[in-house]
Amino acid sequence: MTALLDVCGLRKTYQAADRTVEAVRDLTFGIGDGELACIVGPSGAGKTTLLKCVAGLLAPSGGEVVLEGRPVHGPPENMAVVFQEYGRSLFPWMTVEQNIELPLKQKKVAKRRRGELVAEALESVGLADAGGAYPWQLSGGMQQRVAIARAVAYEPSVLLMDEPFAAVDAQTRAELEDLTRELWQRLGMTVLFVTHDIEEAVYLGQRVLVLSAAPTVIMEDAVIDLPAEREQLATRSDPRFAELRAHIYSLVQQAKTYHDGAEPRS
Amino acid sequence: MRTAPHVRTALHGAGRLAYLLALPAILLVLWWVLTAQSTSFYFPPLRTILSAFGKTWFSDRLMDDVLPSVLRLAAGYVGAVVLGVAIGVLIGSNRRIRLLAEPVLEFLRAVPPPVLIPVLMLFTGIGDTMKITVIVAGSLWPVLLNTAEGVRAIDDVLADTARSYGLTGAARLRRLVLPSASPQIVTGMRQALSISIILMVISEMFASSSGLGYTIVQFQRGFAVPEMWSGILLLGLLGFLLSLLFGRFEARVLRWHRGWRQAQKGES
Ligand SMILES: Nc1ncnc2c1ncn2[C@@H]1O[C@H](COP(=O)(O)OP(=O)(O)O)[C@@H](O)[C@H]1O
Ligand SMILES: [Mg+2]
Repeated sequence: MTALLDVCGLRKTYQAADRTVEAVRDLTFGIGDGELACIVGPSGAGKTTLLKCVAGLLAPSGGEVVLEGRPVHGPPENMAVVFQEYGRSLFPWMTVEQNIELPLKQKKVAKRRRGELVAEALESVGLADAGGAYPWQLSGGMQQRVAIARAVAYEPSVLLMDEPFAAVDAQTRAELEDLTRELWQRLGMTVLFVTHDIEEAVYLGQRVLVLSAAPTVIMEDAVIDLPAEREQLATRSDPRFAELRAHIYSLVQQAKTYHDGAEPRS
Repeated sequence: MRTAPHVRTALHGAGRLAYLLALPAILLVLWWVLTAQSTSFYFPPLRTILSAFGKTWFSDRLMDDVLPSVLRLAAGYVGAVVLGVAIGVLIGSNRRIRLLAEPVLEFLRAVPPPVLIPVLMLFTGIGDTMKITVIVAGSLWPVLLNTAEGVRAIDDVLADTARSYGLTGAARLRRLVLPSASPQIVTGMRQALSISIILMVISEMFASSSGLGYTIVQFQRGFAVPEMWSGILLLGLLGFLLSLLFGRFEARVLRWHRGWRQAQKGES
């Protein structure tokens, strides 16, 4: 598999007035075309920072992100991002339909095609009837579905998701996980899914990248050799699932203390 | 038996109107009763004022004085809103400009606008330009400052979302910045409206040959007291009408905002 997305020596240091935070120290990895990769790491590990750099929303302090052979300097046209804060990522003055349609208008998609894409996207996330509602009239889980529908309608080749289900209840979360896999399988896009939840990472991914605590490096690049057809109960009770989870769990535990005593801080 | 929806909204509307007009009506009745026997030259009976009202205003003055006033008010107000939003967006979206402009803005805002009239008269004479400039210069600030505040407070997740979907330039302004700041912009516009009316009147009280403010001063100088009062009443009515219209505009533009705020309250 050739790498569709390459992250090379990525480094990000936040410069505030009184302090500097080294959020990401040195990240290098590649994601193949059509892959579903999960990035897991403790809270504060720099996952959001990494994703923003990949999305072209944040300029790295060093290293670079290369998408389809071209270095990323601003938001790429064929990429969509789903943020954790669904309540803050949908335009509250627009209806659900208008929210999904806006990026398509921006992309100069013809009106008829826009209508089709919006309808298909809503259908695919199970919200065919909610088009006329405002986002704030919907539950949290439904709002995140709208954000996913918006991303899907955009027809990106890469979909970035930053802890998208961290703030919804367990039942909804399981549904949205399955929805994510279903859309990924059906639409053949590349998905980079960030989470702090190890089980979620193992359940969803073909691959799990484990990040250390900040300043962040990659500790492990694990292949998830579970069957492609995943099902909440069956998959999660698979002995292999338990093994993988235990393996990643111990890595994340190490991740939290990865830098302690590892090298003298200069 | 259930009432049909349209009848219910009509009733509802009538109820609201009754609420709106109840206190003014009571005050008018009080005014009527208390001044009915008045022989005071300065406080004539409301009866006298009202009869003067018709004679005074439903005449040539409607076209010669009321209309010019309203037009100047409209021009000044629209000018203030457009300029205030434009500069506010600029200041709100750029931290450097904001830091640079803040002290100046605080100073300019603190200058009472009527003070500008003598100064502006030097540059722009005593015509419409002066009056409109005064209205713009005085009502600009609430719009400008509120817009800047609203633009500054745009949610960064929303801004990132817009950017990642390629919303830049004019599209960003139209789809993200202005709607997002609209609650603050509307607040500023409401304050600007009352300031505009005040400045319209005051600017006409200085060297002028037409307008509501001018006419009221003329009546006062000629001791035409009931006419003077009728002019004040007309001004009050004008303000009331504009405020009603503004309320409708606000309800329309900020419909989403009410729902959104309520939803947020429900969550936390
Ligand atoms: N804008 C910022 N300015 C300064 N420090 C930041 C900023 N954003 C994040 N950080 C810091 O960078 C580190 C990584 O943050 P983040 O990428 O949000 O981690 P995660 O998403 O894994 O929880 C944290 O220590 C955080 O405090
Ligand atoms: Mg994060």
